[in-house]
Amino acid sequence: MNKWIVSSSPHVHSGDSIQKNMLYVVLALLPAYLVALYYFGVGALVVSVIAIASCIGFEAFIQRFVLKTKVSISDGSAALTGLLLAMNLPSNLPWWMVIIGSMVAIGLGKMCYGGLGNNLFNPALVGRVFLLISFPAAMTTWPIPEPFSMAYMDAQTAATPLSFMKFDQMLPPILNTLIGNEGGSMGEVSAIALLLGGIFLLWKKVITWHIPVSILATVALFTGIMHLVDPMAYENPLWHLCSGGLLLGSIFMATDYVTSPMTPRGQIVYGVGIGLITVVIRLWGSYPEGVSFAILLMNAATPLIDRYMKPKRFVSK
Amino acid sequence: MKTFSLGGIHPHDNKLSARKPFKVVALPDVAIFPLEQHIGAPAKPIVAVGDKVLAGQMIAEAGGFVSAPVHSSVSGTVQKIATFTDGWGFDKMAIHIKVEGSEWVENIQANSELRTECNLSSEEIIKKIADAGIVGLGGACFPTQVKLMPPKDMSVDTLIINAVECEPYLTHNHQLMLEKPAEVLMGVRILMQALNIKKAIIGIEANKMDAVELLKGELIKEKGECQHKVSAKNTSVTESVDVLLTDREKVPEVNVVPLKLKYPQGGEKQLIEALTGRKVPNGGIPAAVGCVVQNVGTAFAVYEAVQLNKPLVEVMMTVTGPSVTNPGNFIVRIGTPIEKVLEMAGGIPADTGKIIGGGPMMGKTYSHTNHPVSKRSSGLLLLPNDMAAPLEEKNCIRCGKCVQNCPMGLAPYLLATQGEMALWDDMEQEQVANCIECGCCTFTCPSNRPLLDYIRYGKQTVMANIRARASK
Repeated sequence: MNKWIVSSSPHVHSGDSIQKNMLYVVLALLPAYLVALYYFGVGALVVSVIAIASCIGFEAFIQRFVLKTKVSISDGSAALTGLLLAMNLPSNLPWWMVIIGSMVAIGLGKMCYGGLGNNLFNPALVGRVFLLISFPAAMTTWPIPEPFSMAYMDAQTAATPLSFMKFDQMLPPILNTLIGNEGGSMGEVSAIALLLGGIFLLWKKVITWHIPVSILATVALFTGIMHLVDPMAYENPLWHLCSGGLLLGSIFMATDYVTSPMTPRGQIVYGVGIGLITVVIRLWGSYPEGVSFAILLMNAATPLIDRYMKPKRFVSK
Repeated sequence: MKTFSLGGIHPHDNKLSARKPFKVVALPDVAIFPLEQHIGAPAKPIVAVGDKVLAGQMIAEAGGFVSAPVHSSVSGTVQKIATFTDGWGFDKMAIHIKVEGSEWVENIQANSELRTECNLSSEEIIKKIADAGIVGLGGACFPTQVKLMPPKDMSVDTLIINAVECEPYLTHNHQLMLEKPAEVLMGVRILMQALNIKKAIIGIEANKMDAVELLKGELIKEKGECQHKVSAKNTSVTESVDVLLTDREKVPEVNVVPLKLKYPQGGEKQLIEALTGRKVPNGGIPAAVGCVVQNVGTAFAVYEAVQLNKPLVEVMMTVTGPSVTNPGNFIVRIGTPIEKVLEMAGGIPADTGKIIGGGPMMGKTYSHTNHPVSKRSSGLLLLPNDMAAPLEEKNCIRCGKCVQNCPMGLAPYLLATQGEMALWDDMEQEQVANCIECGCCTFTCPSNRPLLDYIRYGKQTVMANIRARASK
């Protein structure tokens, strides 16, 4: 007699998978990564390869020998964490610091919570902020962009536009921040490349507009008001939007599924929170840049936001 | 084009058997008539072992107000009244009839011309429908006459005909509209007459535009005849115009509305919102917003019951699947084992892994093929092994797609976790009672989590708790 599979509905699936989503994010990062390779050359290549390889390696090691569970590196999430971490680092960062950053990102940021899906904070940002606090000098000396540079740790360095702003120096032309001809973490320099990636993610429905738009709108509004109040002390909003890690953060880091709220309403609250904290740090904090801290702080608020921001019901009472 | 506002998905519609003419499935050797083919009290047998019965003869009467009688679909001898194990593994009481032929009860016009005259009162129509054992053929199997008697404090103004057929693969509703448009429309008019209302809307998804055009054409034809009749009666021209206008107002208005393709548009609440913009309150019935919803197949069954005295003894079914030799649409006598129906479509392909009664989104799998076709049957979908194999479950990555796609605005990820951890009160807080079990969440989950399984499990417990509280 034949035996049929018995299960409850639904019996078909959309075909969506974790790998597919990770792959789309990697593809969306490609333009910004290519810009990084162009301006920072060998350094960018070395840092990204080390970050990706060590993230995958640490995840496999911890799952195999520490947690003794199934190794799940094939889902692509460790590789993506590595790439995102690299994008958030200067391209002249010594190789051993990159490895430490990867270990913290995967070990402390992800695996000790129970692996993919369970972590409270964005793993790549945990790694980056750990490095920023441990090695503040190395993490804030940025190589000067030089097409197809062959230099790695010996690259010439300069400050970022945000630190120019912070420390009252002359700003370079804004066009540089659009195409990426400026100092900074390797993935954050080109606004155009990052926006291209963002459009791709929206098109593939990997992300929705709620988080990036609410962050960017909040930053534009807040800095716009401050600029109107005192144009001499506060730069215009366009500068704030295009410089630093704001675009990389709002399109790629803040939209991380695991650590952001589930409902559109919650995502807007989260985005506004990130925008506000970012501007406060940028204008009045001691760091020139605050996107990473802002995202991590709002990551911590995500469970609370999810608790109060329920989905829009079919019938609202 | 109209559609519902919240959530929803776009599965591939895979209408393999679209526009395939209905074929009649041959009579079985033994027909099995379960006493529970509807929501409500089971029917009570009124025949004894050894009795001779005719096709269309009532063999079990309604067991209560919310119940429906069962009729034999064949002529033959009652073999036994006993339990059998159905395809879902439940032991169910049923009347088994040894089939001898297809001799109909005398007053049934089994194969008759279209009859468009109906001068019965609302009560008479409702009685005929109740006696014919008609239940909602959209899957819920709620006795139709109960829906036609809405509570006195609710005023119903709109009849909605569900011809959406949003389940992928299924095509028998579409084919019914193509083959019997006039009968369907007459069924709609009878339902309006029973409800004493002047407005009906037929909702059809845009992948069946030929049915939309055909029904619209029928309506225009009818309108022409009606005007003709009115003007012929009158002598003076001005008078005739007046009469024409008043008469037109009296003429029930039936609208055919195409809907944008989106699952689960055939959900009662979703369809009402798509067509009228009204939202049925939580825990409420459609009559609370002035609507009564009937499936297009039910409308046809109503036509047959009222105009031809034919009880519900036949259902229309789609038999389909990616490896099925001859996917098609079939007219099947109730009581026929699904095995016989599958044979008509070329048998069960060697690579079959799952046999589903209904569509892929909400259908139920059968464990054997000796399950009889009943009023609940709508389709048979055979999925090959590669589509039937369970997918590997992974951690939730909190992507929020289940929330985005939930047509009821629930948070499936949360409900599923609460179900897994048996947090019944929390599930009730999170409105699990509103879940329509459409399956959009599980369909869309990139981690292949069996969200709906846990939600259903919790919903059953929560509903039981709510009932227990109410009865205290």
